[in-house]
Amino acid sequence: MLRYISRRLLLTIPLLVGISLVSFLMMHMAPGGPIGAGTDLNPKATAESRARLKAYYGLDRPLHVQYGRWLGRMATLDFGDSFSPDGRPVVEKIRERIPITLTINVLSMGLIFLVAIPVGVYSAVRKGSLFDRISTVAVFTGFAIPTFWLALLMMILFGVKLGWLPISGISSLDHESLGTLGKIADRGRHLVLPVLLAGFGGLAGMSRYTRSNMLEVIRQDYVATARAKGLPERTVVFRHAMRNALLPVITILGLSVPDLLGGSVIFETIFAIPGMGQLFYQGVMSRDYPLIMGILTIGAFLTLLGNLLADVGYALADPRIRQG
Amino acid sequence: MMERLRRAALPLIALMLLLASCGGGTRESAGKGASASDVPAYGDAIVEGSIGDVSGFLTAVTTDASSHEAAGYVFNGLVRYDKNLKLEGELAGSWEVSPDGKRITFHLRKGVKWHDGAPFTSEDVMFTYRRMIDPRTPTAYGEDFKQVKRASAPDPHTFTVEYARPFAPALASWGMHVLPKHLLEQYSDISKSPLNKKPVGTGPYRFIEWKTGEKVVFDASPDYFEGKPYIARVITRVIPDQATMFLELKTGGVDIMTLTPPQYVRQTETADFRKSFNKYKYTASGYTYLGFRLSHPWFREKRVRQAIAHAADKKALIDGVLLGLGQEATGPYKPGTWAHNPNVRKYPHDPERARALLAEAGWKEKGKDGILKKDGQRFEFTVLTNAGNEARAKTAAILQQNLAEVGIAMKIRTVEWAAFINEFIDKRKFDAVILGWNITPDPDQFDIWHSSKTGPKELNHVGFANTDVDRLLDEGRGTFDLEKRKKAYFRIQEILAEEQPYVFLFVPEALPVVHHRFRGIVPAPAGITYNFVKWYVPEALRKHQVQP
Repeated sequence: MLRYISRRLLLTIPLLVGISLVSFLMMHMAPGGPIGAGTDLNPKATAESRARLKAYYGLDRPLHVQYGRWLGRMATLDFGDSFSPDGRPVVEKIRERIPITLTINVLSMGLIFLVAIPVGVYSAVRKGSLFDRISTVAVFTGFAIPTFWLALLMMILFGVKLGWLPISGISSLDHESLGTLGKIADRGRHLVLPVLLAGFGGLAGMSRYTRSNMLEVIRQDYVATARAKGLPERTVVFRHAMRNALLPVITILGLSVPDLLGGSVIFETIFAIPGMGQLFYQGVMSRDYPLIMGILTIGAFLTLLGNLLADVGYALADPRIRQG
Repeated sequence: MMERLRRAALPLIALMLLLASCGGGTRESAGKGASASDVPAYGDAIVEGSIGDVSGFLTAVTTDASSHEAAGYVFNGLVRYDKNLKLEGELAGSWEVSPDGKRITFHLRKGVKWHDGAPFTSEDVMFTYRRMIDPRTPTAYGEDFKQVKRASAPDPHTFTVEYARPFAPALASWGMHVLPKHLLEQYSDISKSPLNKKPVGTGPYRFIEWKTGEKVVFDASPDYFEGKPYIARVITRVIPDQATMFLELKTGGVDIMTLTPPQYVRQTETADFRKSFNKYKYTASGYTYLGFRLSHPWFREKRVRQAIAHAADKKALIDGVLLGLGQEATGPYKPGTWAHNPNVRKYPHDPERARALLAEAGWKEKGKDGILKKDGQRFEFTVLTNAGNEARAKTAAILQQNLAEVGIAMKIRTVEWAAFINEFIDKRKFDAVILGWNITPDPDQFDIWHSSKTGPKELNHVGFANTDVDRLLDEGRGTFDLEKRKKAYFRIQEILAEEQPYVFLFVPEALPVVHHRFRGIVPAPAGITYNFVKWYVPEALRKHQVQP
């Protein structure tokens, strides 16, 4: 097992280099560049000042030199400085955005599991029942409804009409003056709507997945055997069927690892949440190359890591795979 | 992501540009009227909504509106635009221009201090100038300062610059924020200095904190040279979505923002809203145009351009795109300002006249589909505009209909901004474009209209070339005499109106809204924020207790 893991880990290095190379080329192929935002259609910007800015950011070098420099820095885990005017290190920019994005994603993912799995199991057990049909409609509504629209409706209801929850942002203006408990409560109130919304949109996938797995498992001989033994239905469903039906969830968990740090541009924008989604979006729009590369690399690494974790986790949980 | 004609990097002016105005401007809803308790008082906080985060506080190295606005609270320039958009002294109490127009002498205010207590002197101005021309400073605004032949600081309160020839726009360039030498000297690249994140200036507000992506906080500076501002704290909240910002406004999370026309017309006309907010309206400093690539065989012909100008229904555009909150543009200057010539040739909506002009230009035949033909070619072209700008997309759709009426088929294509600029505008790969320019207080538009500015990345992308205009542009920027300048720019507008290299479409209104507790707001051509330091909240209406 250890040999397997270390071999897989080593394999990620060439993969990462390959991914970064493709990302780098794609990024440079996109029209425009980092200095465009400040100099395009700006009469103050002369050809000379453009050339000067290009040299300042090292953009006057050939592409392979630029990539080589970036790769060389990455070897020492140096992500470089952002091209935005504040020129702050990319790592610092990413680091300050991670907590809020991670919090929202972990909470909404927890919510999804908490709601979707029981719904999926129950729908499968009572296939075709009223509950099954209603829950199907509900989760697909959540999946299909435009997030930004639902977000606005909820803001109007809970924020404007009822006045129960704050509309946007992640803390109140008087946040600093609150006590520890007050701070937590304040943060919590700001998180309710974003987490609910992110969760609502994700219910469909997970609950459908659980339902179809469960349906398949329930037809298996060993479930029939369990029933034939005269075990109570509860035990049959939860002990014998569900545990097997949920095995593939490990894969889903593994694949969700990169999502934990990837924010959604749309609802981060709507809720004015300074998270990873906005950071990446702004990075792309301003062609902030080091920032884009930094986020893409982290994303690629987490994806590979998630895959590995899923494989390992699966092997640990399912003896058939371990032996096969 | 906005195109700009001369970004005026003036303190507070950057802010004014956003809410800028003309011809007085008006207050729409009355809010609570003045009462006995309506006396200026120090205190309270104002929360501004901003769609973008700050990217840095040193305006020499930033180019986005949010950064320039925020920096305007902390820094000052030598000069600024007053409420009538005329230059006045800021850190320079006064200045004089030598009779030959080549030398400007600034007399700096005495007793001005940086927020850390150090005195402000001409050394700081000299330092700022040197950094603007330093190749290690990543600035897009160096050009104006490179025109300076010699700069000197003979004493701590005098700063003199000499130019090779008189250059009127140079004066406005000294609105560039003056930087503190004693804090920046040791950094060869000012963009990497801590001051870009924690600014120390001479302005009305001191920097308190910047939470990236969230908010920036400033507190009133007790020893500001124009007197301590009444409003004790300014909080700029980053709210990227206009609809969210509006909800925040309604629930008290934001005190001041700029409304969209639908919000202004349809969503704020309730009694509740009128009681809590004051809406304002001014002519914005910008206009939208339809520009032709003048080397295009059809658009080379003046009568075709004039025909299109007659075909365009500007009234319908203003009603459809701006819900009536705008006015017809007749040239590249802001109506109501000194450089604007109101008496130029106008092009009323007249499809008959348009068809006649097209016929004169040889477009007589009509195909079965109703589209005009000439030498077997259908009159069909594509107009380009940038994606994500709803107003321009709507403009294109209305123009398409207008042109179809006179037998011209116009196709619409929207392209993402960077691709739009790099692949189409810069390479001159377009038939026509719908774009906009900001209108700066100084009327020098050499870069847009001079025939020498048609190269790649230069701004005369339509390729306009007119020897008279070239000469007049030189005249206009070559003298400080306002009357002479005015004459030159008036004539330029006459020629542009006749030639129609652009069909000038409309100038929108800026639509700020402010919570009713703020008093002292006097709309002027420059907008409402030019006298921000004089705004106040009467004690009885105070909302926030600010502990300094």
